[in-house]
Amino acid sequence: MKDNGETIIEVNDLVRRFGDRQVLDDISFNVHRGEILVIMGGSGCGKSTLLRHMIGSMKPTSGSVKIFGEEITGMKEREIERVRLRFGMLFQSGALLASLTVGENIALPLLQHTKKSPDEIQQIVRAKLEMVGLTGFEDLKPDEISGGMKKRVGLARALALDPELLFSDEPTSGLDPIMTAVVDQLTLKLTQGSHMTAVVVSHDMTSAFRIATRMIMLGHGSIVAQGTPDEIRNSSNPEVQQFIHGQADGPIPLNLSQEEHKDHQHVRPRPFLGGRFRFHHKHP
Amino acid sequence: MVFIGVRAAPMVALTACSVGVTLAMQAAHSLQSLGAEMYIPDLVMITLLREMGPVLIAVIVIGRSGSAVAAELGTMKVSEEIEALEVMAINPVQYLVVPRFLAMLVMLPALTIFGNYIGILGGWAVCRFALDFNTAGYIIRALESADTWDLYSGMIKSVVFAWIVITIACNAGLNVEGGAEGVGQATTASVVQALLAMLVMNAVLTGIFFFAA
Repeated sequence: MKDNGETIIEVNDLVRRFGDRQVLDDISFNVHRGEILVIMGGSGCGKSTLLRHMIGSMKPTSGSVKIFGEEITGMKEREIERVRLRFGMLFQSGALLASLTVGENIALPLLQHTKKSPDEIQQIVRAKLEMVGLTGFEDLKPDEISGGMKKRVGLARALALDPELLFSDEPTSGLDPIMTAVVDQLTLKLTQGSHMTAVVVSHDMTSAFRIATRMIMLGHGSIVAQGTPDEIRNSSNPEVQQFIHGQADGPIPLNLSQEEHKDHQHVRPRPFLGGRFRFHHKHP
Repeated sequence: MVFIGVRAAPMVALTACSVGVTLAMQAAHSLQSLGAEMYIPDLVMITLLREMGPVLIAVIVIGRSGSAVAAELGTMKVSEEIEALEVMAINPVQYLVVPRFLAMLVMLPALTIFGNYIGILGGWAVCRFALDFNTAGYIIRALESADTWDLYSGMIKSVVFAWIVITIACNAGLNVEGGAEGVGQATTASVVQALLAMLVMNAVLTGIFFFAA
């Protein structure tokens, strides 16, 4: 682990249980200013859950998360808002507000948190859209653009307040190879130019190796491997090798569909026929 | 505001008009046998102002706007929009719930007043064309029968109903879990809960206003 400059994120012994299931198990790592940390791992390994703990929308069972040196796990909503103003987050689906246009979505954080004039805001919106290659899309509604475009608008919105720290949840999935390269270059440029720090959750290996300064691989809620891209590439760990080369055979057990339900605590799928029969039974 | 209020107006008008006409016809049937047709306007007026106006218009608004609010907020929850707001340090309650709350608190009473007018108009139509009342007589009778308290009690009711409806709808929407299925369940739950709560509250308020006093 190299140590250059200020620690932006400090995660220590993070544990999260949903009921008796351990989703995150004793996770510790640091991220320094200017780094791009890529978190990889199969579906349902706890990547998104880890990210949600870092942005303060989930509270850990135990352990600590420090952002900009401040412990956020015990913070009240008001205090967390202050920290959140300093980072941006790109959601997996973009998470644009469907009732607002593309331009209004990007302007929203500016309108809410700055006292800029409408003209200034419009200029910033245009500049941010240009950064993600969507000039002239201000007046469209999110329903009218493709999934990949939504994601890029989400990125533009995340960058609207020029954050010191960017969280991206799978920024390149659903993008074509060229757009992937554009988004990757943008992330690289921002971390070099403005000393932004980025945490990227991804399972796009090409993109991950292109941007990462450090990588963490998660499996079953704990860190399987961490290091520089070279260290990961040359790792002797068979799970890491299987993952980065995308092989179906290997040490990682293939219970993905089950794992997926573990990650998102959604309503459990009810047996459809069973429900039907009961219904008919009650009301013949 | 436009959605809850203005676009609901035609539906409210139709409902209120039907209620007014129905009330007048029923009243005519019963009161005629007692030879008391002249009390028809009283009955229409008081029933509308005190009970039917606030309750039926709340029913419409629950079905139309309450469900829409629950479904909209639920969809936003499911598609991570609410979380995105939180991460942008925008309080979703302030940004999403407060404007809807205010819109409902203003528009439901406004619709109720509007509905009352239309209902009284419906009653007048029956009296005028089927029962040979003259217009002036209807208006005088109607105004004499009701006092301001009848109007105020209905208004208080509709403000309370507005509060119940929007609280239940927002709460159901923001607590959705589990995709499209969850949104559907929350919408249904919000309508059913709001209807029940509204009707029970109506009974309680009628008790307080007209029975206990």
